[in-house]
This record gives sequence, C-alpha cells and structure tokens, in this order.
Amino acid sequence: MLLDRNGGFRPDSWRHLADDEAPADGEAVTISFKRWQAEPERWSDRTRPLGLRLSNDVPPAAFGPAATRFALIVLNFPRFIDGRAYSQARLLRGRFGFKGELRAGGNVLRDQLMFMARCGFDSFEVDAERARAENWPQAFREFEQFYQPAADRRETILRQRLRSWQTAAE
Amino acid sequence: MALYRYDEFDRKFLEERVAQYRDQVRRRLAGQLSEDEFRSLRLMNGLYLQLHAYMLRISIPYGTLSSAQLRGLAHVARRWDKGYGHFTTRQNIQYHWIRLEDTPDILAHLATVQLHGIQTSGNSFRNITTDPFAGAAADEIEDPRPYGEIVRQWSALHPEFSFLPRKFKIVLNAAPDDRAAVKIHDLGLNLRRNEKGELGFEVLVGGGLGRTPILAQTVRDFVPRRDVLAYITACLRVYNQYGRRDNLFKSRVKILVQSLGIEKYRQEVEAEYAAMGVEREELDLPDAVVAAMQAQFAAPSYPDASGDEAELNQALAAEPDFARWVKYNVKPHKAAGHAIVVVSLKQPGKVTGDCSASQMELLAELADRLSFGEIRITHDQNMVLPHVRKAALYDLWLQLGAAGLATPNIGLASDIICCPGMDYCSLATARSIPIAQALATNLAQREQEIGPLQIKISGCINACGHHHVGHIGILGLEKNGAESYQITVGGSDNAQAALGGIVGPAVAAHEVTATVDRLIDVYLRLRRDGEQFPDTYRRVGLAPFKEALVVAR
Repeated sequence: MLLDRNGGFRPDSWRHLADDEAPADGEAVTISFKRWQAEPERWSDRTRPLGLRLSNDVPPAAFGPAATRFALIVLNFPRFIDGRAYSQARLLRGRFGFKGELRAGGNVLRDQLMFMARCGFDSFEVDAERARAENWPQAFREFEQFYQPAADRRETILRQRLRSWQTAAE
Repeated sequence: MALYRYDEFDRKFLEERVAQYRDQVRRRLAGQLSEDEFRSLRLMNGLYLQLHAYMLRISIPYGTLSSAQLRGLAHVARRWDKGYGHFTTRQNIQYHWIRLEDTPDILAHLATVQLHGIQTSGNSFRNITTDPFAGAAADEIEDPRPYGEIVRQWSALHPEFSFLPRKFKIVLNAAPDDRAAVKIHDLGLNLRRNEKGELGFEVLVGGGLGRTPILAQTVRDFVPRRDVLAYITACLRVYNQYGRRDNLFKSRVKILVQSLGIEKYRQEVEAEYAAMGVEREELDLPDAVVAAMQAQFAAPSYPDASGDEAELNQALAAEPDFARWVKYNVKPHKAAGHAIVVVSLKQPGKVTGDCSASQMELLAELADRLSFGEIRITHDQNMVLPHVRKAALYDLWLQLGAAGLATPNIGLASDIICCPGMDYCSLATARSIPIAQALATNLAQREQEIGPLQIKISGCINACGHHHVGHIGILGLEKNGAESYQITVGGSDNAQAALGGIVGPAVAAHEVTATVDRLIDVYLRLRRDGEQFPDTYRRVGLAPFKEALVVAR
C-alpha cells in the first residue's frame, strides 16, 4: 500500500518488473537502473508510463540527466538509518528538474516521513495496517515551520524573519 | 545581558519537537515501537541507555548559558537526577540517572529556558562548539557565536542530513589562538578576513579522534561569509553519498577524506558547490541576517572600570592564595578593567566535570551579580564567568572558594580532561575517573613548578577524553580481564595541533601515577626556557620518554 504526502492511502498501480520480466502492452512499469542502462533504446519508445527503481549507491551524475524521462522514480532505503536516498531526492528535485512522482521504498518508518517529504518524496511504500494504527499521516503535520530550505519550497524561518524585519523597517 | 532570545518561530519549533518526542515515548511504552526503532529516535533527543540507567545529554549551543538556563539545568539535576550533572568535552551537560518516563517532562521544562537535546546523539549534526571566551577574548576577530546560532538553526532537524553515515561535529573559531580544538572536529570553521578585508571562513574537514585519530585538513582557505551554509551543504552532501556505511568504525568523514585524499574530496565538494544553482540562493546568508543575529549577542555595556586595577593590586599583594588563583584562573578581557574568570570543576579528588545543583545555582547567582548573567562551558570541562570587573575578583574568589570552585589549577597538571569511563559508560573498557583523581591528587603539590600541562584521559578507544591530543594522554584498555593504560606524550589541541606518540607497553592502573611522574621528570629535565611539553617533545622526540620508562622497568 502507498501512503501519500497529503496523508491518503492508495494501492500501487504500477508493476515493478524483475530484470527478466517482459511488460504487457501499454502497462505502467518500473525497471531497475541496471536494466535502463543496459538497453535504454528499448524503453524509449514512450508507449507506456515508465518508472525507474534506483538503488542508493548510484551517483547523481549517472541517473540525473535521464531523470525527466520517467514518470515515477522509486528510491530505496535498505535500512532506515541509511540516508543516502535523501540526497538523491534533493538532487532529483533541485538539480535535475524531476517533476514526476518520487517514491520511497524499503525500510520506511513513521518518524522519517517528515524528512522524506521535505526532500521531495510524494509517496511511501508502507505497511498500511501499521500505518493506520499508528496514525502515520499525522507525521507530516508535526511541525509547522522549518529552518532549512528544502524541496517542499516552504519559506524558511530565516526568510520569514527577514521579511518581517524589512516590513518593520519600511 | 545579550544572548540569543528565541522568537515565536523558535519557541513553536521546540514545543512541537517536545510534543513529537512525548508521542514517541508513549508509543515505545505502549509497545508500538521496537527498541531498535525507538533507539534512533531517543538518540536524536540525546537519550542513551547506559550501564545503570538512561543518560540524557542536553546541548549547550556554543557553550553559552544564561543564568536562567543554568538554573533550569540545576532544577533538572535536583528533581529528576541525583542532584548533579556532568559537563562534557563537547560543551554539553549529561544527566546519568534518568528514567525514560520522565524524559518528556524534562525536555518540556528545559524548553522553557531555550534548551534542548536535539541531535546530541545519533548520526547527524551534534552540538556546535566554539571558543569558551567568545565575545570576551581580546584576540578574536569577531564574536563567533552569532554564526554558531545560525548554524545551529540551519542544522536542526535537517531533512537531508539527519541520517548521515555517522555523527558530525562542527566547531567555530574566531581567534588566532585556537581555544576550540578545531582540528579534532569533523568540520571546522575558522573566521578570517581576506586581503580585501571581507569576512569569511576557512573550512576544514576530516578531524576526529577515536580509534583512528586524524587532524582536519583545509578544504578551502576562504569561503565568503554569505556562502558558508551552501559550502557546508556541499561538504555534507559528498559525505552523505560516499561516506562508508558498512563499518561503524570507518564511517566518520575523516575516513572518507583519508581514503579519497584531501585533493579528491575537495574536487567533489567544489563540483557540488559549483552545481548548486538555485539552492545556493536559498542558502544565501544575507548581511541583514548576520547583523540581526549579532545584535542579539551585542556586548554588554561595560561600566568604566579603569580604576579597578589599584584595588585588585592591593588584594593581590595582601593574599598570596588569591594571587595564585588570579594567575591561573583569570584571563585577559577585551574591555578595560574586566577579566574572564575560569571556574575550575577540577578540585582534586572530585569527579572531573561534575557539578552539583547547588553549585550551578551559586554560579547562576554570581553570574547575575558579577558577569552580566552569562556563563560558559569549556571543552576542558570547566566553567567560565566571562565578564567580571577586576574590582569584584576578590569577592568572587571568596565565594567560589566556599563552594569548592576556586581550585587554582586552570591549565595545570590537575586540570585533567576525563570521560566518565567504566563507572558510567557502557562503551568503556576501563575506569578513568579514579585514575584522574589519583593523578590530580599526586600532581597538585608540584603543578606550579611543572607549569602548563594538559593530561587527558579516555576510558576506551572512542577517545571522549581526547587522550591523543593531551600533552600526556592516557587510554584505558582491557587486557585479559584487567584494566591497563596506554600512555602517549606530546599531543596538543591548539593551533599547532598534534597527535601524541605511544611511550611503551600499557601499564596497570596502580602504575599510572608513577609512570606519569617519570614522564614529567623527563620533560622538566629537558625543557628549555618557555617550552611547554609539546614543544620539548617536538624538539627531543619520543626516545628520552621511552628510555625513562624502560629504565624504570
């Protein structure tokens, strides 16, 4: 089940192809980065919504330039303490202009959701039963303001202060 | 008093943080969170599980406290701990006898005085440290604390860097005489001016002690002030992507810098920095923000105290014990007629860094009366009253003395840095507190003759006591079920930072005092005028120290 950044649950409509599986015509599928790299021409016919699954050790220079080709990118958290995909997400959004759906897979837990959402993730692969029981959607709303600029483009506390000082000075 | 005051944003943010943590504790106690899942959450609020109880670590940003904050810390010690706290080498305070159930209330109480445990543990930014004399020292370029507060805010619950490969310690320094131990930190910022007179930072990366001690190296000589957050972001992003995560002991940024080499690390950082684009604008630090932050730390309006010298001189002449205390514990201040007073928490025989609730309350009161309500914590585990009129020194000395806080030993042999060791810590392999106590008691007699000497003791290889950079460093190990101590000489943590050399096989606990005595004797015999221990070591090398121990065996 997927949890959205707005707090809603929905089923996953994508099929995640193993490297030796073939897609049906027009079907929305994700493929691994390895498969994309091996045969980019096969997947560039644009006859289907295409998604990419990226492991967290792929350097930005390798995946960044092709990012806009995909409608969905799934980043992976093998363990919740492994935070490499946060940087991948920031770069996809901030540098490589990725506007599609950015999804977090793997060891996704409640208390990381806020960080992930701020880094640009839209959806999260979760255990829906647990997520509902523990009210995970609330995790997106625990803080109103933040200090750092991030992919959510919220105005930072610093910028808000600056604005209020300037207003006061006028 | 001029210290940073939280505005509505800061207050709200911290209240939300406490509420979030309260809910995390509730879920843990209700069994919804496994200990493994809760572990990383409690660590991000500074809560450790130790040998006997939980330990709560509270951050003291850039080592500065108001009297109200110190009273808040005293209250926590009295109400929720055993009546004392322990000041650490990272300008934090630790409470060692805490109950999990109480922690949300403790943090809520501390939030009312603008204190928190955010990121005092876990694999993220730790407390930002700096020169304990900041804002008072005569030799600083500028008060570094406004930048400390800017970095503190920027690093709080950082969305991208809360799950780094390992912890990350940032240090700030604004004086040529490095009192912040810049080179043993993951990232150091040295405030400086370029040829045009503009302010900026030298950025150093990759220092740290632990089992692989390495000194930080310069990544860039000069980053303009307004770009500093962007540049740090680039340094962190490279680390977050390429730092090792397969081995806890090889995951600090120092190992990444070492394995890539500083040149390659610099290239990666510069490439990232150059590619930042719009993010660089978002992280821009406008002069107006710096100016507003500096206004919060504005120097107090010191009274005209130029007549204080005469009064002080009378007291110095009349009372040799007072004169001795002034000689070692009182440091030059930038304002005429004022002084910086270091309050020693190293009374021989007492536990290094421990401070009782009553002592904290006394210091808060003295700070209100005599130091514009300000107190500092030093990385060598003492406290500071930063702005004292010279005419008030005698009265202050009497009051500190009555509370056991006027030991005249700052920078001397009994002013020992020491971690809690096996008496408290679950990582320790040997006791460190009793070793420090025995050394301090033994050396107090001749410490004036010895002169400046830094002894640093760690109870395990993680090196919280900074033993590698002690003039004499002592590392507690466990060998065949017995405690043993490896001794190094010649280390230093100032601007000429250096790692000490091992003098020989580890010795048993009861041999440490005699061994250290012999090493000091070698130094006294060989030193030339004006040389401190590391100077002599640099000149004569390890051999004479080794020989003295071989002969003794």
